Amino acid sequence: MKIAVCMKQVPDTEASLRVRKDSLWIDEEELTFVINESDGYALEEALTIAEKTGGEVVVFSLGGERVREALRKALALGAARAVHLADPAFEGGDALATGRALAAAIQAQQFDLVLTGSQSGDAGFSSTGSVIAGFLGWPHAWLVMGLEVEDGKKAAKVTREMESGVNEIVRLALPAVIEVQAGINSPRYASLKGIMQAKRKEIAAVTPADLGLGAEEVGAAASLLETLAVFFPESGKGAEIFEGDPADCARQLVEKLRKEARVL
Amino acid sequence: MSRFAGVDFLDIDSLLTEEERLVRESVRSFVDDRIVPIIEECHREARFPIELLPKIGELGLLGATITEYDLPGLNNVAYGLIMQELERGDSGLRSFVSVQGSLVMYPIHTFGSKEQRDRWIPPMAAGDAIGCFGLTEPDFGSNPAGMLTNAKRVGNEWLLNGAKQWITNGSIADVAVVWARTEDGVRGFLVEKGTPGYTATDQHGKFSLRASITSELGFQDCRIPAENVLPKTVGLKNALMCLNQARYGIAWGALGAAMDCYTTALEYSKERKQFGGQPIACHQLVQDKLVWMISEITKGQLLAVQLGRMKDENRLKHQHVSLGKRNNVWVARECAKLAREILGANGIVDDYPVIRHMLNIESVYTYEGTHDIHGLVIGQAVTGIPAFNPPTVQAQAAAELTTDKTR
Ligand SMILES: Cc1cc2nc3c(=O)[nH]c(=O)nc-3n(C[C@H](O)[C@H](O)[C@H](O)COP(=O)(O)OP(=O)(O)OC[C@H]3O[C@@H](n4cnc5c(N)ncnc54)[C@H](O)[C@@H]3O)c2cc1C
Repeated sequence: MKIAVCMKQVPDTEASLRVRKDSLWIDEEELTFVINESDGYALEEALTIAEKTGGEVVVFSLGGERVREALRKALALGAARAVHLADPAFEGGDALATGRALAAAIQAQQFDLVLTGSQSGDAGFSSTGSVIAGFLGWPHAWLVMGLEVEDGKKAAKVTREMESGVNEIVRLALPAVIEVQAGINSPRYASLKGIMQAKRKEIAAVTPADLGLGAEEVGAAASLLETLAVFFPESGKGAEIFEGDPADCARQLVEKLRKEARVL
Repeated sequence: MSRFAGVDFLDIDSLLTEEERLVRESVRSFVDDRIVPIIEECHREARFPIELLPKIGELGLLGATITEYDLPGLNNVAYGLIMQELERGDSGLRSFVSVQGSLVMYPIHTFGSKEQRDRWIPPMAAGDAIGCFGLTEPDFGSNPAGMLTNAKRVGNEWLLNGAKQWITNGSIADVAVVWARTEDGVRGFLVEKGTPGYTATDQHGKFSLRASITSELGFQDCRIPAENVLPKTVGLKNALMCLNQARYGIAWGALGAAMDCYTTALEYSKERKQFGGQPIACHQLVQDKLVWMISEITKGQLLAVQLGRMKDENRLKHQHVSLGKRNNVWVARECAKLAREILGANGIVDDYPVIRHMLNIESVYTYEGTHDIHGLVIGQAVTGIPAFNPPTVQAQAAAELTTDKTR
């Protein structure tokens, strides 16, 4: 099977964030970036399926120069090739613009399956995958905790995690777009040999023109959503901090939850 | 689970290639996931986590600089970063990988026959076979040239007699690289587990490197087949070449222990509140300690990167390695001490890694050439006068040097 994995690079969750001067995004200087958590699981799922069924995994990522490091890591983990939507025109887009560009890049090749994570650790719109499925006209499943490609590779059976702990199993005709949850598998470590081999694997940089898209169809120019501000909500307001003996604190907390919040 | 974010005050990362950073990242996650959660218990129980070996092999950490046998063939900086991350976990674990890679696979690869290489390199790389390195003896530590262990050629065999002490991995090793005196100088022998007359007994009561096995080896009329001598070993210098490899790795490894102590102390100082509810990090005396640590770690990183680049260019001399080992282990030792001070009473319990690193570093300070012996190596390199022997012998050497100059 030929599997496409869409990966986003996001700020390391261990990092402490600051708002950029223009208040429109976080300050990316001095941040370290990592592969978005659930996308890492999507990659692992793809690699496992490709190993079982034969075939290859191609990773896609949209973003500036730094994204290459995430792609290189994916190659070190076992992906065969990478496609980098590298043009600055791609950047600053909402989920619609980003999803359209990724769908165009995926459509340029033949795939049996597209895997992504269910949510990005920074913007967290949880919609890029559905947009990709929409543009491709393929079936789509979200919050997937189990994935099995059926014999004949015509369909996939997925287990979805729904609200209140209920799970459902659905069958999707392939090709399809499947968004996995963090925790679906245990991602491998890049072996040193894999890292050395990754040096020789291809990262193809593509522009909107390569994908048959005009500059106005991608990135900020094509976004229907406009960011007005990002900020940290003021902390401390309405927050109450208990101090002292833990048992005492717990007692006070239960009391408040019962009498004031009335949630117990 | 908390992940180690690294220590990089001076953008040392910009001196590293993408591939070197990826290697570090991979080993870092492995250490965070697999080592950190179990290491305090291993230390308490004086147990080497042998169950991790297959994974360590699979990652490619054993013999990582070798290119043949489908091994990664990393450069020396990437190799150093592996050591740094492992020792951030525990010096005992790093010791295992150093011994296996630099002290056993390296000599077999460099001084061994094709048959020896074919037989040992692949299983050792996979972690299926374990090696140890026997140079130190009960009466000869800093001065291995005095070794008593000897081998006599009898027909198609060698008869090996003697004892080795403080041997890492000794009792779990499938093969020991044993250095012994012969008629043609010191040579390296591959002594296999199960050889009659060969014994390995563990050293108990260690307060340092508890998550690593240290043994005493005994050889009583061991018959070693002729094909088990490392053919290209012709003197003690071959053993010292192995040590040079391992010491280079220690220069990096020690930084890992130092980094763990530093980050633990830094976090602690920001959270621990005394006097007026202020974090202890607000005191100048505490900051001074943190500043000392970050300054020395940063200098140590620059030193390590330079050693690695020079090693890759084949320009690294043994006195340079001595400088790296001596300095960076000292930095780690001092950092452990300062970090322990900052943690107060919490510094002496194993809820925090500091006291374990502090104890471990004592071994690292002593093995692979003590701090002072490396001082003498550097001293000889800059003055031209070897000062290893007692002053009378030294005076003679100095006198010869003077007459040399006046002549
Ligand atoms: C945990 C552990 C694991 C080890 N693993 C191995 C192993 O796998 N294989 C192996 O072969 N060995 C191993 N060793 C042994 C180690 O290499 C030796 O302990 C080391 O070389 C020092 O020798 P020594 O302990 O006999 O000390 P000594 O040589 O007796 O030194 C004692 C002190 O005297 C000082 N001293 C000695 N000579 C001089 C001099 N000329 N001038 C000034 N000061 C001097 C030293 O610096 C030191 O402070 C290990 C040791 C430890 C603790």
